[in-house]
Amino acid sequence: MTGLNHPLLAAASDTADRFGSLFTFINVISVAAFTMVIAVTVYFSVKYRRRSEGQRTSPVKHNFKLEFLWSAVPTVLMIVMFAWGFNDFAALSQTPADALPLRVIAKQWNWTVGYPGLDRECTAEMSADGGAETEFVVPVNRPFTVKLSSEDVLHSFWIPDFKVKKDALPNRYTGYTVTPTEIGDHRFYCAEYCGANHSRMAGTIHVVSQEDWKLWLDGKLEGVPNCKVDPTAPDYAPKLFVKYGCAGCHSVTEDRAIVIGPPLYGLVAKGSETMEDGSSVTVDDNYLRESIEYAEKQRVAGFAGKNMPAFRGRISEVELDALVNYIKGLGAVDQAPTNEDGTKSE
Amino acid sequence: MATTTVEGAAPAHEHAEELDFYKASRGIKSWLLTLDHKRIGLMYLAGVLLAFFAAGVIAIIFRAELMTPQIDLLAPAVGEGSATIGRELYNKLFTLHGAMMVFVFIIPAIPAALGNFLLPLMLGAKDVAFPRLNLLSFYVWLTGTLILILAILAGQLDTGWTFYTPYSTSTHGAAPVVLAVTGAFVLGFSSILTGLNFVVTVHKMRAPGLTWNRMPLMIWALYSTAVIQVLATPVLAITLLLLLFENAFNVGIFNPAMGGDPVLFQHFFWFYSHPAVYIMILPGFGIISEIIAIHSRKHIFGYKAIALSSVSIAVISFLVWGHHMFVSGQSEFASALFSFLTFAVAVPTAIKVFSWVATLYKGSISFNTPMLYGLIFIFTFSIGGLTGLHLGTLSTDVHFHDSYFVVAHFHYVMMGGTVIAFIGGLHHWFPKMFGKMYNENHGRIGALLVFLGFNLTFFSQFVLGAQGMPRRYAEYDPEFQGWHVASSIGSFILAAGLLWTLIYLLMALKNGKKATANPWGGASLEWATSSPPIAHNFHDTPHVDSDPYNFPEIDHTMKTGHH
Repeated sequence: MTGLNHPLLAAASDTADRFGSLFTFINVISVAAFTMVIAVTVYFSVKYRRRSEGQRTSPVKHNFKLEFLWSAVPTVLMIVMFAWGFNDFAALSQTPADALPLRVIAKQWNWTVGYPGLDRECTAEMSADGGAETEFVVPVNRPFTVKLSSEDVLHSFWIPDFKVKKDALPNRYTGYTVTPTEIGDHRFYCAEYCGANHSRMAGTIHVVSQEDWKLWLDGKLEGVPNCKVDPTAPDYAPKLFVKYGCAGCHSVTEDRAIVIGPPLYGLVAKGSETMEDGSSVTVDDNYLRESIEYAEKQRVAGFAGKNMPAFRGRISEVELDALVNYIKGLGAVDQAPTNEDGTKSE
Repeated sequence: MATTTVEGAAPAHEHAEELDFYKASRGIKSWLLTLDHKRIGLMYLAGVLLAFFAAGVIAIIFRAELMTPQIDLLAPAVGEGSATIGRELYNKLFTLHGAMMVFVFIIPAIPAALGNFLLPLMLGAKDVAFPRLNLLSFYVWLTGTLILILAILAGQLDTGWTFYTPYSTSTHGAAPVVLAVTGAFVLGFSSILTGLNFVVTVHKMRAPGLTWNRMPLMIWALYSTAVIQVLATPVLAITLLLLLFENAFNVGIFNPAMGGDPVLFQHFFWFYSHPAVYIMILPGFGIISEIIAIHSRKHIFGYKAIALSSVSIAVISFLVWGHHMFVSGQSEFASALFSFLTFAVAVPTAIKVFSWVATLYKGSISFNTPMLYGLIFIFTFSIGGLTGLHLGTLSTDVHFHDSYFVVAHFHYVMMGGTVIAFIGGLHHWFPKMFGKMYNENHGRIGALLVFLGFNLTFFSQFVLGAQGMPRRYAEYDPEFQGWHVASSIGSFILAAGLLWTLIYLLMALKNGKKATANPWGGASLEWATSSPPIAHNFHDTPHVDSDPYNFPEIDHTMKTGHH
């Protein structure tokens, strides 16, 4: 754990700036109201303390002017608070065009922060004591947009210094946009109770200068994890295959354990695939690529009604290459991946 | 005193042969099968105090754990995964603490324990409308308590008292959460029975002359509470049914794996549990109105405003549940509506506080123990209410949600509000309930300890929350330690104060001076009968021709300073 400060009004983001103003406004009103109530209570308690049994008291029962005043003034102040709060709240869901997209995935008990299109993914494996400290990097003064989801139960992605938080759900995306404005390290936590190691599901955001951000992208920034995904690692493609849900429908083994979608083992060796309209298509790199990107264009006979999602725009080029090569290698005589361009199929 | 305003409440000496309700019948069976609302109230009191004690001890255990950032006290000293074992234990402890405090203690504490004892007495009635139903509600409460404890102990429930899906239905299977919600529902059913009984009693059994506008504010509060209990609790039954349906027939309702939506569970949960917050606090408002008026010998200021604000809080409380879900992924538009409606609840609450303070004006204020708790309530509840503004405001809630700030806020409202009022009420009506007086100086020492301990415990948590400390954390970053230590020390002082209070009250039961029928000079009907009351409350049906705050000290010739 790092020795970070948590100043009450750390204005480390644009949201935190706005938060600071409204928080101060509410505090001033609350403290004033509280002081007034307590001062009057103490004053009355002292002044009208019982000095003798049978001490005479006032017959006053109500006072319309006073009651109207103390109903109307809070009402007006609260309407201001509501409107101000709503205005700032709405800003969290407005995403500028230049925002850096981050894909944040929560699970019991760690965070994975992906950088779509940048081939970077920051995560942490759970340590022996059950803790996981994810670290990731964002540039200062550039908004980033968090696209949030969970792989299991509810979690919540809270960055206290930025004054932002949103729950991660297992069945849909949530998220927010925020602009870090202070270079330095900031803690983030899981704020929605998620089980045994909930309190260790945390991490640190490294907010870096624009120059350092470029260095980080080049893999040259020291002192912070580089998070570079290595597409040459042997387990890179099989992990992608599971991550994108391919494994749920496509069998990759000889036993053809799953046939919700066309089995992929030995597909390239087979050489061609018969389509729904009766035509035959050569299985090559482009066929595989198109099948992944535009699944609805490539309908293999016998799989009517089985709709695979189109992945165009959802995976990077590097990931696409890796998947194509991985599928080509399944059941091939020569297991070495080939990189030559295939010819376009008819 | 009371007899100046209550016609027909005959002086006790004419009926000296009548026994009080303790002596009217004897033996354990005469208690367990009693239909007397006073005895049922006392059985509830014993039950809820036991639950309060147990849940409090648990809180002290985890506050001790939180003295250090690492898990140590609760974890086995050595061994693989010992930290995780410690965290799991911590999670079960805060679940047990929350569920016991909310469902078993606070909800029934004032309505079922004090309310049962007082409502018929304050109405000038012999009993509640349905005495058998009243006894049934006690045993239903007992059953629900046992089911809930079973769910937590046997079912390994570690979900927090909110039982959020899908964690609650997936981790240990659905059985624990089904059992726990069953427990909460059975407890809620007990609330429905009490609520129904109270609504009918208030409508049908008021003494002659006790018009709605002459009812003590305690009755208005209990009445508003009863209405919420009857209307809100069935939603828990629907939730339970849906949970059972999902698990028995594999229909996706809350479980995302089957196409359900876990956030829907939160809607159902808070649709009950938010009104339940007002079930907890409204009766506390009632107690404070009584205490402040009687111990300052003043007519309550703004009677109608206080009574109507109870009713309007009861109505609006049904429309604010979504303020628990500003960051849950619910639509921004829905959040905006819920934020607005939440502020709408804040206004009547503010009116009440101002009215209590105004009641003190030109009074004759006694600083006995009940009044001290009344003044403590104004202090702590104001903090609880005002910090509600930070949470009702959308953008600030985004930061505070699920942090220690929320924990501090609801403890200031639930403990600084309801529990302080409950303890104050217990002292206020102690002479009536037990016929004994406690030592006032002991009471004042207890109140001081509770006040100091409480504020140290929970004010520290506001700071922690604002600084970024998430709730339900067994471990935390070291920079939070200072305020955690302060909070823990506060909790020990608070515990000492409560234990001290329990001891001197028990001593008073045994050795206390005999209480008179009306030690505080109250003008409402419960003070018109003996202490403790006779079995059927009043010798003759009392008649009411004045309001409950018409004290003899009030000088009707004094200038009121307005008009």
